Amino acid sequence: MDRLIDLLPDLWEATAETLYVVSLSLVFGGIAGLFVGLALYATRPGSLFPNRFLFGTLNVVVNFFRPIPFVILLAAVQPLARAVGIPGIGPVFGIFAITIASLFAISRIVEQNLLTVRPGVIEAARATGASRSRILLRLLPREALGPLILGYTFIVVALVDMTAIAGAVAAGGLGEFAIVYGFKQFNPWVTWAAVLVIIVIVQVVQFLGNALARRVLRR
Amino acid sequence: MTLIRLTGVTKTFPPSSKDGAPVVAVDDVSLTVAAGDVCGIIGYSGAGKSTVLRLVNALETPTAGTVEIDGRDITRLRERELRALRGDIGMIFQQFNLFDSRTVAKNVAYPLEVARRPRAEIAARVDELLRFVGLADKAGSYPEQLSGGQKQRVGIARALATSPRILLADEATSALDPDTTQEVLALLKRVNDELGVTILVITHEMDVIRTLADRVVVMEDGRIIESGDVFDVLSSPQHAATRRFVASIIEDVPSGAQLRTLRDRHPGRIVTLQIGDGGQIGADGAGSATQADVFAALAAHGVRFELVHGGINDIRGRVFGHLTLALAGEPDAVQQAIDAVSAFAPLIEEDARG
Repeated sequence: MDRLIDLLPDLWEATAETLYVVSLSLVFGGIAGLFVGLALYATRPGSLFPNRFLFGTLNVVVNFFRPIPFVILLAAVQPLARAVGIPGIGPVFGIFAITIASLFAISRIVEQNLLTVRPGVIEAARATGASRSRILLRLLPREALGPLILGYTFIVVALVDMTAIAGAVAAGGLGEFAIVYGFKQFNPWVTWAAVLVIIVIVQVVQFLGNALARRVLRR
Repeated sequence: MTLIRLTGVTKTFPPSSKDGAPVVAVDDVSLTVAAGDVCGIIGYSGAGKSTVLRLVNALETPTAGTVEIDGRDITRLRERELRALRGDIGMIFQQFNLFDSRTVAKNVAYPLEVARRPRAEIAARVDELLRFVGLADKAGSYPEQLSGGQKQRVGIARALATSPRILLADEATSALDPDTTQEVLALLKRVNDELGVTILVITHEMDVIRTLADRVVVMEDGRIIESGDVFDVLSSPQHAATRRFVASIIEDVPSGAQLRTLRDRHPGRIVTLQIGDGGQIGADGAGSATQADVFAALAAHGVRFELVHGGINDIRGRVFGHLTLALAGEPDAVQQAIDAVSAFAPLIEEDARG
């Protein structure tokens, strides 16, 4: 307990690091995942830009990466990171690995939520003379915004989880804090403190996501 | 002036399963719609009428044949030109297909935003359209806050936003209750009368055709089996499927149990006569007999008669119908009366008995 009090400044620093890694991963993975998701949606047969080859390729790539357990992906993409000039450990590498892992999960979430928009709505937009790209990039994301926000909220929670795992490669944050000061030094109080902070972060994110989605969905 | 012309149009969809046969949705269809007309296409589901509608605004492209709008073949237009064309063709849907994320006003504004009209012009036009459809007070509401009839009125306002010359209505009233259906049909009538918009409606309800259309096209299995003036087709349907549609709204000829009941109740002979307003009935029909002619002829032969079944239909200001009469009197006189009447009033059905 006393040890924990000594470590409080480190706990807050680790919290800030976690938030930093989560937010940057969300920005990169979120944007990349949005585009891959839009591409998956748009190229599927019968959609706005049907392209059997592209759709099949994207599908295989997404299905290839998605089932890889994150802790293994983390190790597997290390050479790739080094090849593009990112060190194989530390927060930047954490962001790199999490972005790759989350991008595929996010792309599926985006694709599935866009699919909830009724085809008739797209037909109505096309009948007004709207271009297919206008429908894909402007109308559909707005029509599916409520479920998209809930999907992204779900992903942020997964990102917090991945950030903690990335602590294993010194990516900083609460994961590393819990492993180095708690687990490895046999101090459960320190581990529990990290757990508590993570729970608070997840709750706050979920609350904000729900509130925002409710606002968008007007219920 | 012909505004819409389909010539020999066929639309084939790829087979749904790998080894299935291709689906011929529209099979060698030719039809024309004159500017300012309301043309109704009626058929059961799967008859191909939905596809025909979508060929007109090029949401579908024909496998063979040509589609002309105002004399211009649209089957060879590029995407950009097609988008401009669609701005001149509004479309409404059975399920309304409003944008849930947009308010009523924003739904109506959408085609104008797409057409890049200035903001002030959009606001003025939206206001004008919402007043036209009677929803000015709902501008800030969202679609989920509206009733079905209100949603369709928003759909109509949206379809009219860019002042198109053509409005396509895809089963526009099929999801509505009877009262709301009449309300929406009345609005569509105003769109045609007051704004001069040419309307192409598809429906499986003959009542929609009777209320709204000038001309009707009957489709079955991708083909046109009958078409013509609404009065002609309703008063003298040629094809079995057409007769079934007509019978759904006009039941003035007794059949089956009705006829057996009439036979039990009335001794003597029962005849059904087609009557009209003296004008021509059917595309190639002769002049029709009026009720007065029929009654006068029967009275002249000293035959007593009773009106036991029938109906008079007023369609777009013209009249036709059937009267079923039970005749009593001397058999010879009755026969002479029937001969005399059937000389000018078609004898649809006779139950010679007793």
